[in-house]
Amino acid sequence: MSNILNLKTPNACNWCPGCGNFGIWTAFKAAAEKENWNNTNTAIVAGIGCHGHINNFIELTSFEGLHGRAIPIASGIKMANNALNVVVFTGDGDCLAEGGNHFIHAARRNQDLTVILHDNAVYGLTTGQTSPRSPHGYKSKSTPMGNLDEPINPLSAALAAGATFVARAYSGDIPRLTELMIKASKHKGFAVLQILQPCVSFNKIYTHIFFQENTYHLDKKHDTTNKEMAFAKLQEWGEKHIPVGIFYENTTQPSYEEQLPQIKTAPLVSVGAQKRNINELLESYA
Amino acid sequence: MLKKPFTFKIGGEAGYGIMSSGLSFSKLATRSGYHIFNYSEYPSIIRGGHNMVQVTVSDKPVAASYQTTDLLVALNQETAHLHAAELLPGSGIVYDSDKCVLPKLARGVNKFGVPMDQICKEIANSYLFRNTLALGITTGLLGGDIKVLKNIISQDFAGKSPELVEKNHKVAQAGYDYALENYLEKVQDILPVKNKVNKQIVISGNEAIALGAISAGLQFASIYPMTPISNILHVLAPLQEKYNFIYKQPEDEISAITMAIGASFAGARAMTASAGGGFCLMTEGYGLAAITETPLVIIEGMRGGPATGLPTWTEQGDLRFVLHAHQGEFPRIVLAAGDAEEAYHLTMQAFNLADKYQTPIIIVVDKQICESGFSNAPFNIENYKLSRGKFTTKKQSNYKRYELSKDGISLRSVPGSGNQIVANSDEHNELGYSNDEAKNRIDQMNKRMQKLATCAKEDMPAPKLFGPKNADLTIVSWGSNKGAILEALNNFNNVNFLHLAWISPFPTEAVKKVLSKAKRVLNIECNSTAQMAGLIKEKTGIEIKNNLLKYNGRPFFPEEIIAKIKKIL
Repeated sequence: MSNILNLKTPNACNWCPGCGNFGIWTAFKAAAEKENWNNTNTAIVAGIGCHGHINNFIELTSFEGLHGRAIPIASGIKMANNALNVVVFTGDGDCLAEGGNHFIHAARRNQDLTVILHDNAVYGLTTGQTSPRSPHGYKSKSTPMGNLDEPINPLSAALAAGATFVARAYSGDIPRLTELMIKASKHKGFAVLQILQPCVSFNKIYTHIFFQENTYHLDKKHDTTNKEMAFAKLQEWGEKHIPVGIFYENTTQPSYEEQLPQIKTAPLVSVGAQKRNINELLESYA
Repeated sequence: MLKKPFTFKIGGEAGYGIMSSGLSFSKLATRSGYHIFNYSEYPSIIRGGHNMVQVTVSDKPVAASYQTTDLLVALNQETAHLHAAELLPGSGIVYDSDKCVLPKLARGVNKFGVPMDQICKEIANSYLFRNTLALGITTGLLGGDIKVLKNIISQDFAGKSPELVEKNHKVAQAGYDYALENYLEKVQDILPVKNKVNKQIVISGNEAIALGAISAGLQFASIYPMTPISNILHVLAPLQEKYNFIYKQPEDEISAITMAIGASFAGARAMTASAGGGFCLMTEGYGLAAITETPLVIIEGMRGGPATGLPTWTEQGDLRFVLHAHQGEFPRIVLAAGDAEEAYHLTMQAFNLADKYQTPIIIVVDKQICESGFSNAPFNIENYKLSRGKFTTKKQSNYKRYELSKDGISLRSVPGSGNQIVANSDEHNELGYSNDEAKNRIDQMNKRMQKLATCAKEDMPAPKLFGPKNADLTIVSWGSNKGAILEALNNFNNVNFLHLAWISPFPTEAVKKVLSKAKRVLNIECNSTAQMAGLIKEKTGIEIKNNLLKYNGRPFFPEEIIAKIKKIL
């Protein structure tokens, strides 16, 4: 991990001191260094939210798009150039509120993307409103009387929709997070890595201490090829009872891109755009 | 006396094969040496309800439908009733003499009763051949060649069973024979095969756009279905493997445009398309493409709005919408096609413009163009030079994606090239990193806006003026109205017509030059607020007092324009 400074950019980081994003950032740079992800083979896509600033802090080709739309942008990049390792950074508001529809459909297609879901269960950038991950009863600027909505379980939703790699990690556990990022990236298909992270400014429930005390690692007894078992494990959430690790991994189902005959032998953009003679086609209109 | 081409109309219940009959009739005419325009009306349902196709047949190029019908084929009672009033003395109606009770018709309308169901039953044991029978009858009544029709049938049913082709041939022949045996003295010389027949295609605006995209090197299209542009994807989807591009049906229009932006960012020539309602969802992506300077071609097909509005009818109500879509300021390049051929060439040009200016290009087309059939010489693209503008896939030293430049355009590169590209929806510096400093904002804003000025200077042609240079009346219009206006012009030698295909940048000086010298000006649009007249006033200061506006979902008919011209002159 000695060369992670290589991915440094001239920009000063603007996350709050203690933010969970630092762990995610560090783990990703470590993974990139280890796997040699660089500007010849990788593109990252971010949504809008605190997480989205990451494109300013990593010297990698990136697209910081619109709130909720990181996944379809990434899908377009991957279909056009499937040789690229395409990593999506998205937040719980970005991915599950504004972008919920895209999340479900990309999972359904098994699009070959790595989705790194920064989950701090609150809206940080807009200074503390409830998110689709905030617990019931959670008090925030938008829910001063307590949140009436139940939180969504993004991994159960992803699994139900068809994601073929479903995992969870805690942002402070950098070695394990690094390893899971690499595994998710290597997975051929829609890989979702939910990262539990604190928002030190606006979420006083889900703190570093909370995650350190209440998470436990899935052990070998958990069969990651068993979807029913994965669903059952994903129901667990509570004191000392939050599993982290790989819940489900299906390596036999082809990704969306693997099923496209147009890119079976070479990426779409490996040949530049060419003017096409369509005389034969016009004949069918005569 | 109105100079008017021949109008054939066939109507029946949806599911009777009305649309395909219209296309077969159109090809019968083009293969016999005539020009056609094929207009259809249908409700937003698949079975039941009234469908009708109207084909204008002319010795000259034509792109409009007339209000009156010369030969009406009524495959059901409803058609006879709905269109009886369009039949003038000398015209004719083909109907099932066993089943259809004719409504009151004008004196002198020829009644061509044929026991249609009975003939179909006898020959093919099915009523489903009614439309083929009708085409056989029509070929007979209009002096056409049954061999031409049979060839069309063979091609339409290629891949189906030989018995089916045989049955259709027999039914067509029976209709043809019946017409000649019973109505020989009424046969007209409308479709005799000409000595010289130039090859023509029959193509809709949607098909022309799809083919234009393929010709221009399209690599990625994501389009969510919506009337009136769905046929673009119907053409693209089955051709993607052969021509090596990807068509993807996304989950919604937001995904459609953002997927296309992603693909374009990765280096693919990309497009999307929708109707106004879908473009509403795309507006956030429209501005995203602009600030990230990502090339993109967007087709906006206009139907009656707002909301679901008139889903299967035409309108030109989205002009101001596309001109102002998305928040903030960025170069909005908007083109408008007037017919299928224009749609084809503008689509090809739009891909070059998108690449050159690294920004989204919108082509607006009204439903009347999208779904109508035009006859045309096969498109010629010899003069088209595919150009990707300032673009490299090679590693550069000290690469700056948004480097400031005089023309507003920087060197674009792609992921995987080794260059670091930071596409950023936040305002950004030359490297692409978020930056909200005042000077940087002005530099980057000016850089993007400069593209519009560069485009006006380097790529925008003057609008085309049809008719005499000096005229008593100058018509100004855009979109599909072109067809009806050109038909109307055939009746006058003192009226000319300025057709606007470039909406933004706007050809201000050229329009000012024509309109300021005009004796009288008439603006024609399919909307209720004269949006183009407003734009012309905004750009040139010229206020147009005469407006002919229509917003009942129907296109302009030449008769309406002729009447208006007469009123003004």
